[in-house]
Amino acid sequence: MKRFAWLFVCLVPMASWAGIPIQHWTMATGAKVYLVEAPGIPMVDVEIEFDAGSRRDPSGQSGLATATGRMMAKGIKAANGQPAMDENQLGEAWADLGAMVNANAGNDRMSFSLRSLTRPELLDAAVALAARQLAAPSFPSEVWLSERERWVATIRESNTKPATQAGKAFNQAVFGKHPYGAEIDEASLRRIDTTAMAQFVSRHLLLCQAKISVVGAVNRAQTERLLNQLLSGLPRTASCPQLPKVPEVSPLKEAITLRIPFESAQAHVFIGQPGIPRQHPDFFALTLGNYILGGGGFVSRLTEQVREKRGLSYSVYSYFSPGQHAGAFSVGLQTRPDQAAQAVQVATDVLSDFVRNGPSEQEVQAAKDFMIGGFALRLDSNRKLLDNLSNIAWFDLPLDYLDTWSAEIDKITATQIQQAFARNLQPERMVTVILGAKP
Amino acid sequence: MGLTLLLALRPALAQTPPEAQEFTLPNGMTLIVKVDKRAPTAVHMLWVRVGSMDEVDGVSGVAHVLEHMLFKGTAKVKQGEFSRRVAALGGRENAFTNKDYTGYYQQIPANRLPEVMALEADRFANNQWPDVEFTKEIEVVKEERRMRTYDSPRMVIYEQLYATQFVASPYRRPIIGWMNDLDAMTPQDARDFYRRWYVPANAAIVVVGDVDVAEVKRLAETTYGQIPAGVVPQRKPREEPTQIGTRRVLVKAPADQAYLALSWKVPNFSGFDATDDNRDALALTLLAAVLDGYSGARLDRALAQGEGRLADSAGASNTMSGRGPQVFMLDAVPAKGKTPEQLEAALRAQISKIAKEGVSEAEMRRVKAQWMASNVYQRDSIFNQARELGSSWIEGMPLDSADRLMDSLSKITPAHVQAVAAKYFGDDTLTVATLLPQAGARAFPRKPVAGSRHGEATR
Repeated sequence: MKRFAWLFVCLVPMASWAGIPIQHWTMATGAKVYLVEAPGIPMVDVEIEFDAGSRRDPSGQSGLATATGRMMAKGIKAANGQPAMDENQLGEAWADLGAMVNANAGNDRMSFSLRSLTRPELLDAAVALAARQLAAPSFPSEVWLSERERWVATIRESNTKPATQAGKAFNQAVFGKHPYGAEIDEASLRRIDTTAMAQFVSRHLLLCQAKISVVGAVNRAQTERLLNQLLSGLPRTASCPQLPKVPEVSPLKEAITLRIPFESAQAHVFIGQPGIPRQHPDFFALTLGNYILGGGGFVSRLTEQVREKRGLSYSVYSYFSPGQHAGAFSVGLQTRPDQAAQAVQVATDVLSDFVRNGPSEQEVQAAKDFMIGGFALRLDSNRKLLDNLSNIAWFDLPLDYLDTWSAEIDKITATQIQQAFARNLQPERMVTVILGAKP
Repeated sequence: MGLTLLLALRPALAQTPPEAQEFTLPNGMTLIVKVDKRAPTAVHMLWVRVGSMDEVDGVSGVAHVLEHMLFKGTAKVKQGEFSRRVAALGGRENAFTNKDYTGYYQQIPANRLPEVMALEADRFANNQWPDVEFTKEIEVVKEERRMRTYDSPRMVIYEQLYATQFVASPYRRPIIGWMNDLDAMTPQDARDFYRRWYVPANAAIVVVGDVDVAEVKRLAETTYGQIPAGVVPQRKPREEPTQIGTRRVLVKAPADQAYLALSWKVPNFSGFDATDDNRDALALTLLAAVLDGYSGARLDRALAQGEGRLADSAGASNTMSGRGPQVFMLDAVPAKGKTPEQLEAALRAQISKIAKEGVSEAEMRRVKAQWMASNVYQRDSIFNQARELGSSWIEGMPLDSADRLMDSLSKITPAHVQAVAAKYFGDDTLTVATLLPQAGARAFPRKPVAGSRHGEATR
């Protein structure tokens, strides 16, 4: 349940904690670096992000970005007198170092993360190995063919689950032809080969556009040295190539209600529409408002009406997922099939009422108390600092973003929340997916 | 899951983190405090040494239902108010129920500790609610069971595996309870369970964060310390009799992939005395890590790679320690066209290979290096630190278990890992659960099957 609530509010800061000192500079290659020194634990986290998320998947090849990330751990080429390594040698090497790398593609960004201890001989070796993985993946075809079969099997398994089917139907209805709605399926994976991965890397992993976040027991000089080594194998470009523009998400023209028959113990319900991009001026008002509507753990209106008052669902929530483009606004719940109609009615009423009338003054105050009062909880580990830093980096937020956040939240009024919801959400034109309901 | 939590090993290379301190309040309640001043936050947890294993037949799931009901009020704090007050402090909260324990927590700005300690002490001692709150909440719990279990074939199979593997041990029952027991549960069942088990000497408070130890102690004395002492009920041992032959259970469920779990009864790590059982439990944990502790470890390499592979995935885990009996589990998803029988033989062959040929020094060094590092990473989260301290207390382990575990593990030799591979993996103590996927029309069993394996139920 928490999982959902946190999706949207992970960027929140607080008043009573003196600012987080962010050091920021641009490397000769054009890569932008954001550093927070955290000397408390002898470890460091590095995250390098590129404009290479799944929105850049070529048409018909959904899954290419994700596949490329996965395959970057499956082998590296020989270089500078060092031998090639296969996936198992890499796995052993990382375990020996007690370090880990990961490459993961989201909708917008491809993120490479490295976590290592800072003991010099371990960190140096980890950085050297990560550098090779970044610059010279070998993309072995035979490994991809077998990975692909395993992936296809996972998709087939997942397709037997009600949550998957409801989620897919919702996504497609909300996003239409926009890349945010593209499904990775068996057919799209079969159109992907390792040549496509190598091309994807050379087209999109552009140092000149990279955003790098670092949190750990390292200072600026150590960070510069570390990054120079880590990125040494990636090509430098004289000019920075512009990637093609990705179109925006189209608004829904009319309400879409999908009733999908399914034999399961619970009906799965999603209600929503395209929401907002991260740079939208209503971001703060919607953040605060959504906490009241369905984001706030056990105290939201949706939880109160659906779960606490009526016992209809274990989990009920709402959230925005703002990205480069308008990610979905979603309300979700699961309930016994014969209760689905009632639960949908209650959730829809709560949502419509909130959009029409907005929150009360007391609710707004309670939401501010929670968000501003709890700001420090969003920054109290290296991992959380890293997440905040990479969001600042990715969305070009100001360096004092964390310092001014509380003031931004505090400014919001009940009227602004109501207006922001009314501007951005149209309850009469939403997608409603009801899968597995029984009359 | 097991490994990272169980094996938080402190390496010599890190700055020595501050030690946790333990106190006993006059009413018998335990207080554990650890200082971590990296950020102005704290986590406050209440651990009660009562879980699903303390239930009896007919009221399975009551420990977890009661956990839900603790949010429903006291004489002073009305329904819904607890969560609202914690939120007003900027806090986050939840609770969890497992076989061995029930826990409640709040993550808060450190200066809000007095308020949450007062709130938690109040509901530990004075939880009360009208029947109508129970009537609504039991429906929420049933929805939780539908969500976690019925629509998740892997959870169904763990439930059936435990129900088959254990006949006398209360571990045989699912944490969330059988549906029919939930249907039949009454408000009084929850109240009785509360009165019986929620006594100070059966609970520990764990606080980690930017706090002053003496101040926390003072706060504990003025809140929890005011609760009258009570008697911790006698616990019947309910020991599992020796298994005398392989048990098999087949589960039909809507799925596309088959699934196979082999589970052996193994010794419990009950403390740091150098008994054979304790040493074997550690060696078994190393065995699991050598098989499946890192990418490219033995099982993955032997079974799940390349064309003609037997499995799409394969894993190993040793539960190692707890209040009840422990198991060593191998599990796998057969690759397309391969049968569970082939896979069972192949998984067991990997154990036999180690029993015959042993493991290398390099493998042992590797898994130990990995644990040392993961122990450092684990300190990044004060929540994890508190969880580790709480679960050590539940099992009666010392507060410095993490360090001592590293010491003990570093003494385990390759020969010992080889010896446990030869000793514990016979036919007679094995239980096999196989998921038979039912394709096409989903013939969903509307009537119960149930469960939770490592998973735990939360509020």
